[in-house]
This record gives sequence, structure tokens and C-alpha cells, in this order.
Amino acid sequence: MPEYNWPEPSKRRHIGKRTSRLDGPDKTTGHATYSYDVNRPGMLFAKILTCPHAHAKITKLDVSAAKSMAGVKSVRITQDVGTEIQWELDEIVAVAATSEEVADDAIRAIQIEYELLPHFVTEEHKDKAPSSEVAKEESTGDPDAAAAAAEVKIKGFYGIPAISHCCMEPHGQVCEWEGQDQLTAWCSTQAVSGLPGQFADKLEIPTSNVRVITPYMGGGFGSKFSADRWGIDCAEMAKEAQAPVKLFLERNAELAVAGDRPSAYAKIEVGAKKDGTLTYWSSESWGSGGIAGSRGSPPLPYVVEVPNRRQKHISVVTNSATARAWRAPNHPQACFLTMSALEDLAAALKMEPLDFFLKNVGLMGERSDIYESELQKCADLIGWKQRWHPRGEGKGPIKQGLGLALHTWGGRAHNSNCEVTVYPDGNVEAKLGSQDLGTGTKTVIAMVLAETFGLGLDDVKVHIGDSRYPASGGSGGSTTVGGVSSSTRRAALNALAQVFEKVAPGLDAAADQLEIENGAIQVKGTPDRSLSWRKAAARIGPTPITASGKNPGPGKLNDSGVGGVQMADVSVDVETGVVKINQLVAVQDCGLIIDLKTAESQVYGALIMGASYALMEEKILDPVSGRMLNADMEFYKLPGIGDVGKLEVHMMTGERHDKRGVIGLGEPPVISTGAAISNAVANAIGVRVPYLPLTPDRVLDALAKGGAA
Amino acid sequence: MAKEEMGEQAASDLSRRDFLRGGATGALTTGLIASVGSPAEASSHGKVLGPGAVSAKLKINGKVRAVEVEPRTTLLDALRNRLDVTGAKRVCDRGTCGACTVLLNGKPVYACSVLAIEAQGQDIVTVEGLGSPGELHPLQAAFIANDAQQCGFCTPGFVVACKAFLDGNPDPTLGEIQKGLGGNLCRCGTYAGIGPAVLEAAKALKGGARNA
Amino acid sequence: MRAFEYASPETREDAVKLLSSKAGETAVLAGGTDLLSLMKDEVVTPARVVNIKSVEGLGGISYDAGSGLRIGPLLKLDDLEADSRVRSDYPSLQQAVDGVRSPQIRTMGTVGGDLCQRPRCWYYRHGFGLLAKWQGKAMVPDGDNRYHAILGAGPAYFVNPSSLAPALIALGARVNILGPKGSRTVDLASFYRAPSREEESENVLAADEIVTDILVPTAAGRKSATYEVREKEALDWPLAAAAVSLQMSGSTVKEARVVLGHVAPTPWISKSAGQALKGKTVSPETAMQAGEAAIAGATPLSRNRYKIQLARVAVKRAVLRATGMEEV
Repeated sequence: MPEYNWPEPSKRRHIGKRTSRLDGPDKTTGHATYSYDVNRPGMLFAKILTCPHAHAKITKLDVSAAKSMAGVKSVRITQDVGTEIQWELDEIVAVAATSEEVADDAIRAIQIEYELLPHFVTEEHKDKAPSSEVAKEESTGDPDAAAAAAEVKIKGFYGIPAISHCCMEPHGQVCEWEGQDQLTAWCSTQAVSGLPGQFADKLEIPTSNVRVITPYMGGGFGSKFSADRWGIDCAEMAKEAQAPVKLFLERNAELAVAGDRPSAYAKIEVGAKKDGTLTYWSSESWGSGGIAGSRGSPPLPYVVEVPNRRQKHISVVTNSATARAWRAPNHPQACFLTMSALEDLAAALKMEPLDFFLKNVGLMGERSDIYESELQKCADLIGWKQRWHPRGEGKGPIKQGLGLALHTWGGRAHNSNCEVTVYPDGNVEAKLGSQDLGTGTKTVIAMVLAETFGLGLDDVKVHIGDSRYPASGGSGGSTTVGGVSSSTRRAALNALAQVFEKVAPGLDAAADQLEIENGAIQVKGTPDRSLSWRKAAARIGPTPITASGKNPGPGKLNDSGVGGVQMADVSVDVETGVVKINQLVAVQDCGLIIDLKTAESQVYGALIMGASYALMEEKILDPVSGRMLNADMEFYKLPGIGDVGKLEVHMMTGERHDKRGVIGLGEPPVISTGAAISNAVANAIGVRVPYLPLTPDRVLDALAKGGAA
Repeated sequence: MAKEEMGEQAASDLSRRDFLRGGATGALTTGLIASVGSPAEASSHGKVLGPGAVSAKLKINGKVRAVEVEPRTTLLDALRNRLDVTGAKRVCDRGTCGACTVLLNGKPVYACSVLAIEAQGQDIVTVEGLGSPGELHPLQAAFIANDAQQCGFCTPGFVVACKAFLDGNPDPTLGEIQKGLGGNLCRCGTYAGIGPAVLEAAKALKGGARNA
Repeated sequence: MRAFEYASPETREDAVKLLSSKAGETAVLAGGTDLLSLMKDEVVTPARVVNIKSVEGLGGISYDAGSGLRIGPLLKLDDLEADSRVRSDYPSLQQAVDGVRSPQIRTMGTVGGDLCQRPRCWYYRHGFGLLAKWQGKAMVPDGDNRYHAILGAGPAYFVNPSSLAPALIALGARVNILGPKGSRTVDLASFYRAPSREEESENVLAADEIVTDILVPTAAGRKSATYEVREKEALDWPLAAAAVSLQMSGSTVKEARVVLGHVAPTPWISKSAGQALKGKTVSPETAMQAGEAAIAGATPLSRNRYKIQLARVAVKRAVLRATGMEEV
């Protein structure tokens, strides 16, 4: 059996290099066919009648006029008379018709009446909530004694609202049946291998009869792991109509019901010795992720393990669709709450925050040495020591400030299977039931494959996005790159071992004496006893070689647990409250990096997404009607290209990181950005703006109140 | 303007006028509006079409294609749902995000906010018309080199918007790029690559590379 | 979107004939950036859409030393911004277009469309009407009113969304309107109104009338500027805006017109701000006094008090920008 390791740094042809993503040509030319772009012969278009009320009971429902309209092929009642609807834009009836226009007309022809019921959507005021419960309560050390003994103590209130995933490609799918029990579904999903079982379960057919295909994927961020009720509706309508059906959510539903990140509010007390040593933490936090409550709780205090601490989290129920995993679930909230309170404490201590965090680096767990070097590196890159000033200094209406935050994430590799085939003509391909969300998964797999066989990227093919390929985990929690790189490496090494067996006799050597070097198979250390790859492949005979690989498995190819530090430089116009980002710097570790280019892109993207929720994003639910008032891209504000400032990314590389193996990167770099920007604004204007996003109203309000929440 | 282009412009003007006179229309339906004079009274030129489907001709990436559309069908939906031209994406569908950007007579527009029937007689260029995987437009090549796409769903609209931007400003600064591309949004956060990509493409286009 | 009839007339008269006198039955399509969204959301549901893009004589921009600028309502925002006369004599207009940060909107959107677009109020866009009622009661005061009016509010709380109207009003613009009974001219200042009943619209245009010309007097001796407070560089609505037009005599303001945008159901003409500047030499202090005068009498709702500060600063900065004294 081969040894499952990564090649030594000096022998790497691809790993760690900057490789442009292989699907770039398809994506930039419009040739990439996303699920939303799939058009099948005879395909019908589906629309959904949604409930306009946050809480209501259906008292009348008549679909007969819709059913009898020309062109309408299926009308499916999802929730019938008597059902109590718990959130706005929940699905009631789905219609499939020969065109979107007809489907739209049919939806309008449905007669429905509701009895309105009281709703609650303003969880910041948790005392008014009809339903809430303690989700977590724990204590470590002796917080009361530490509170009494703390030489400097601050109290603060902080809040971060629910935000939407707002995937560019909405949730949805095209469903097509062959006969009565064979379903093919082109889904916009993060879990190609996981979805067939979900469809099969609801449709009562064997899982093996369901094929899910995701050729390209227009963004998920944690919200696309479910077949969803609209997916089942789509399949059912396709079955009834005996025609393919396309059903994708409208933008308002995409924003309101297809995924959000729970809110978090907290009253925090934190204390330290005069020299800055943290001794005490107490927090009472609450939040909501809709009708299912807060969906877990933020890990408080975040990263910094204050020795004496107590925390309580209350889960509040609101009339809003259930939250979904949003990039690094619960961490951005925890980071914002913690780093804001700690920065406020540093200000009270009259300590420079960088010194304050370095002073407490020992509380940052097993990788505190990495945090220390990341803090130093980040500070160097932004010029912290030269440019930092105490809070609120500066002349004129435009105030500049610096802020920092740090974060952690696990990212243990998921289960992944890969099948590698070596053809007699030397072509090599890999198949995985994985998916590329834009993270570069396909490119990374190709790099590992090419690396292992000593080939160029043009010599290998990667097939993903189809549940008929060997099962691979869903892409969530930064688990993908570790999983697919490991399964691919193992499968490729296993296939190579078989090739070695075939060619060894011809080289007059044993298979275990062979190695790949410079595009050829050779006897170890003996270049004159070698065979080019093509010639070697020709010797495997007419039948291709296949081999599989599985993660987890033996060897040391991946790990979990990463950290990162981010710093922000902002300017705040204190007359208008408008915040502008001058610069964001991210320093991030993630073990062994396969593709430096797409890895950096993940971090750049995370900084931008972080800037977005720091400055603009917020799900605005109307206290009067319960509706999401900004369920559009006009008032659900996202930054444009001119709104994010100068970005700088530094990936931690080198032996210390290399030897850990591959660790995922999707979640961690989005965690700190909001906190770092909030801290920079506090540094600029001299007072804490207690809420994200840092909109002019909140900035001006904080200035007017002088910082008291 | 080159001779050929003038000829083409004149031809497209003609076909547009023909259409407006009802030359290319299906059955006329009237009478929806009781309080208004009949179309015949209104004008022999201003015929009323619809509300049912009418035949239309759209010139997409240089090819004229016939399509049945209702007056309410947007250009974006006609492209995606009826003509299987899916490069332009439907994201906000309300003229905000730019994912559906196409060129109409060389100008960038949100295809979600244009009716298909009013796009007749005009040159419609989608991202597919700029280049192909085998023959990339310099902008597309620069997007790849600078990793200016992640999930890629906003990318076609961005590429088209960048094309229009460079047509108007062939030698931009990064600041001008950041100000001049405010009509497109990305969720993955690819802006860090887009700025350098546009600068690189500007250089390549000036250097005599294919200027489509 | 509901089905509709479609017509694309070629003359002004035909356009008017194709329109119904009954509000809501027909709609005028120009740039389409607002109308199509309104129809998709079924906020408006016309049975006929009259595309006026092919109507002769509704576009263009021309200048006459005596009468000033004539802007056709179909002129694209981009073409307005690019016009050399606009750039030299009417900086407030150029700056207002510059605030529309989407090239797509600027190449599609027309001057007439900018003036006639419907409010962006999220209650209105959700179908609760211009006066935003929920079970008979006004929603805005108890609802989320962060973007709503601080001046002239109630019973209408929306804000006028036009980018150009404040600048045009400050410059003394008039509009020609054509209807079945012929044409009329109104000051743009009188074009807008705050509806007091749901049946009323937010301007004086009858359902079967169209704007045919926008007339802007010469700008001789005038200095003008627009300042918008926006939280995004990319396409976004201003949180507050101000346009000023100052008749100068040397360094002294002879006469001043100050119009605020995005703070009231109409473009908000502040006579007292103009008065505050009259006879003064412009300085940060006098500019601030104009800002203070402009927001006197503002009545904030539960979540929009900050807009008072934004309006004050917008006026100050517009005055300073007009006179080349910008601080930021």
C-alpha cells in the first residue's frame, strides 16, 4: 500500500502554486450552465403563491380557476385551509405551466383568504417575545470573585442583526422524470451526494433512482443543503405533468426565506488587571434565527479563554423562516460581540489594542504562537505601530481609525470518495460527487491529480457535480478542500501503484522501487531507467486502471483548526455618519495550501462579505406588518466595487503550516471583518457604535449619545 | 462610422419601423381600455399589440432570431426562457444588481428592465457574443488571470458592463473603474480581482489585441 | 407581471390618445427602469403600456442664449451629464446625474423618467399604497421609517425619489405638459404635491398627459451645486440631498434657492434657507446657517431623526460646493 503523504515541498509541481481556476473560460463567457440555466425540451415553468403575512391561518383556498387555465399543467397545494403560516413568503401553492407568464397568471387566479394572527419580529426587545428559552448557560472559574477583584471593568451592549445569504443564483432546480420512478434533478446545491436521499425519502422512491446534477453553482454560503419543500413540489409537479419543470425562487423569497444568519444581542461585562491581563467575562446574550429560535449560540467569549467567565444565551422565536448555516455559523456574531467588548476594555485601560491582545495571547489556546505571529504580521502590513492613535483623535469632519479582530475555525475534512481512472493513452480522470461553489474545488482536485501523476493540468480531467460519482460530503463548514484533496490523493496514489505494478517488470525493478519524476516513471533516483508517462500508460493493457480513495483514511493529509487576524483602516465622516473603508488586511493560516490563488480569493471575498455585513446588510422586518421590507437588492444593500477599500491578504505558509496538511478556508476569513471594522470606527470617532451594520443613523446616534448604548 | 455599419444601422431602423407598423405582428387584440379611442383612430402607425403573444425578431450577437413573446416578456426572459441564451442571469430582476447586463446598440442595459418587443431592431450583444472559451475576449482572459470570478453567477453581467465601460474609457484608472462599475453587484466578493482585470484588459486592448 | 397591450406611437398626439384618462389603466414607458419593476410587483397594473421611446421630438437637448436649456424628457441621463453646456453652466445637474452610480441606469433612464418615477417607499412598493395604510391606520409612524420624510410628512410619509428635481427646481425649471386638451406649462416647483388622499398621485400630471419639454433658464451669474449624502459608492439612493442655485454679485449672494431631496414627499423648497443666504458672503458659517434654516420645523419619526442632520449638512455642503469652498 502506498504511503499517503503530500510530496516534499521541493518536489511539488502544482501544490502551493498560483493556478487560475479551470472553469474560468466557461464562467467568463457565459458558457457555464448553472442549474438555473438548464432548459430541457418541453420544460414547464413553475411559480409559487406565497403568504404575504408573517402569521396567519388560511381560511379559504380555491385553485379551481388556476387549474382550468390553458397551459397550466400542475397545481400543487403545499399548505391547505386551516394551516397556520408562521412566516411571510412561506409557500402555499405551486403551479407549473407552459410559460412563466401563464404560471404567473395562474397564481393570480388562485383565491385565498387568511385570518391574521399576531406576529413578533423584533427580537432585540426580547422581553416582548411571546416565546423564548435559555439555550445555554455555563460558568468557569469564579466569575463573581473575579468581577470584584477586576481593577478595570467595562459594561457594554452590542447587537448584530439577522442577515440573508442572498445567493446570486436563487434556490431552485429543474426536475425531470424518466418513467414513473426515475428522477433527475439539476439543483443549485451544496450537497450533490446528499440530496438524492432527501428527494427519495419524500417522493417514496429508491435513492438509487434519483440523480442530482449541479454543473455549476451560483453561491450557497451555507444555505443550500436541503432539497427543500419547493424542490419536492417541483419533482411532484414534473411527475404529474409528465414534463420537466423549472422552479427557482423569486428574489424576495430568496432574501426572506431561503436562509439567514441569526441575530445576536448581548450585555457584556469584562474585566482585567491594570496591566491588561484579562480576568473576568460575563455575558447575557440573545438572538433569533426565526421560528426555530436562535439555532445554537455564539461561542462567548470568543477565542480568548478568559479564566473566570459566565455566559447565558437566550433563544428567541420570531415569525420568520428558519435560519440556515451562514458562513461560519455563530462565529461572526461571537467575534463581533467579544472583540467589541475587549476593544472597549482596552480603551478603558488606555492600552493600545495590539498590545492588549498580545498581552493576552496566552489565553488563545493551543495555537497561540500562530496568533502572535499573525498579529505581528498584520500589524506590519497595515502599519499599525506607526499609524494607531488613541480613540477619537483627529481634526476636521473626517476621522480615521484602526481596528483589529481575530478568529478561529475548525474545518475538519468531510467524508469524501474519489475514483481515479488511468487510460491506456495516458489520460487521467477523477470523479467525485462533490461540487464547486466558486471556491475552486474543481481546480484543487485537478492540481492534486496532476501533482500525483507528475502531469500538467491539461492532462487530467475532473468530473464533479453529479450524484452518480462516488459520494463526497456537502460543501459546508470549510470541510471540502481537506476532504476532496485527501480522497483524490489517495485514489491517485492507489492508481499509480497499479501502474507501477504493470510497468515494473519492463524496468527490471520491483513496483515499490518506482517513482514519478519529471513526467516519467523511473526507478528511484535512476533517471536513465525510466519510461515516459505515455509509454508507461500504454503498458497497462487495453483495460483502464481504476482506483478509489477515501477520506478519512490512513495517513496525514489534512487537519483542522485555523486562526486569522484582520485589521481595518476606516474613515468616518462625523457630520454624516458615513463610514468608508480605506484598507482591510487579512492574515490567515489554513495548513497546507493547494492553490494559493483561489485560496487568496476566498479571503478577499470574505473581506468583502465582511465589509458588507459590517456596513450595510440587515434583514429589515416590519414591526407593523411582519414583512421583510427590504426583500430586494435595492434596500438589502450590498457593497459595490468602490465600497470596499484597498484589500490585502497574507496567507501563512511554510513548514509550520505545511506539515499540518490541508485545512478548509471558506468560513474563517469572514469572521473577523465586522468586528475589526467596528473597532476601527470606535477608534476613529471615540465612541462605540453598538450595532452592526454601521449605517449613518447608528453612527450619528452613537456620537450624539457619547457612546452610551 | 464605417460604411457597413451605416448600412446595418439603416437596415435595423427599417425593420424596427416595419415592426411598429404591424408588419411582423400577430393578431391584434384591442378593447382592453374602454375609455380610449381605438388604435385606428389613434394612429395608423401606433398599432396596439397584445396582450397575447406576438412574433418578434431579435438580433442577438449578430444573428436575427424569431421568437414569440407577449408584450410583458422582458428581454432577459426572452433570452433565457425562449431562446436558450442563458449567459445573462436573472438575479434581482428589478434593475439593481447588473447580472443581466447586455449591450443594446453598444450601451449597457439591464435586460430585466427592457421589454423584448422594444429591443427589436437593435443590436443585442450578450456575454456569449464577446468571446468563447476557445477564443476569449481580452476582458475574459483578464478576468481569468486575475481570478475575478468565484461562483461566477454575476460574472457575465460584469464582463459585459466592463466591456461597455472600456468602450467609453479605454484608459481608466483604478479609481475610475471603482466609480464606473457601480451598476453591478457580486456576492462572493470578486471585486479585488475585477479592478486589476479591467486594467489588464485595457492594456491588452490598446496593445492591439482583438477589439471585439 | 400582468398581461398588457402595448403600443409604440410615433407622435406626441398619438401617445396622448393612447393613454386613458383613468388613473392606472395605462402607463407610459420610457427608460423602463422603474415601470417594469412596479409592474412586476403589481404596484401598478396597467392594461396598456404606451412606449414613448419612438415619439418624435421628445428627446434631445438644446441651448439658446435667451431662453436657456430645453431638455427633451427622453434624453438619457448619460447624455445630460455629457452635455457641454450642462457641464459648464449647470454643475448642479451634472452632479445630480453623477449620483446615479449605475451606468446601466444612466444609459436607460431618461430625464422625464427621473422626474416622474414613483416613490421608493417600501410600504408603497409592498402594495400598501402611497399613504401606506395597514388595517386603516398609517403604517409609517409605527413601522420602519428610517428612509422616510422629516419635512412635510403626514399623511404621506414617502420621500420624492428624483435625483434631478431638486437641482432643476433650484434652477427655476418649468415643464411643458401635453394632454388631450392641449398643452400647458407649469413650474417644476408646482409639479409635485404631497397626496392627502390615496387616489391622489404625487404630481399634477393627469393620467393621459405626458411631459414634453423641460425648460431651464440661462444660468448667467448663477452658481449651482448638488450634494447627496449616500452610504454607498455603488448604485444607491441618497439618504438626503440638497441642490442650491445662487445668484451672485461678486462674493455676495444676491438671491438663493435651496431645494432638498429625499427628505419630504416632494422636493422640499426651503425659502428660509434661501433667505438665510441672501446678502451674505458664503462661508462655512453662513452655509451652516442655511442648513439650520432648512431643517427648521422638521418633525422626525421614530427612526429617522438622523436625516435632520444629513439634510442640514447636505445644504451646507451644497452651498460650499457651489462656491468652490468644499471642505470634504
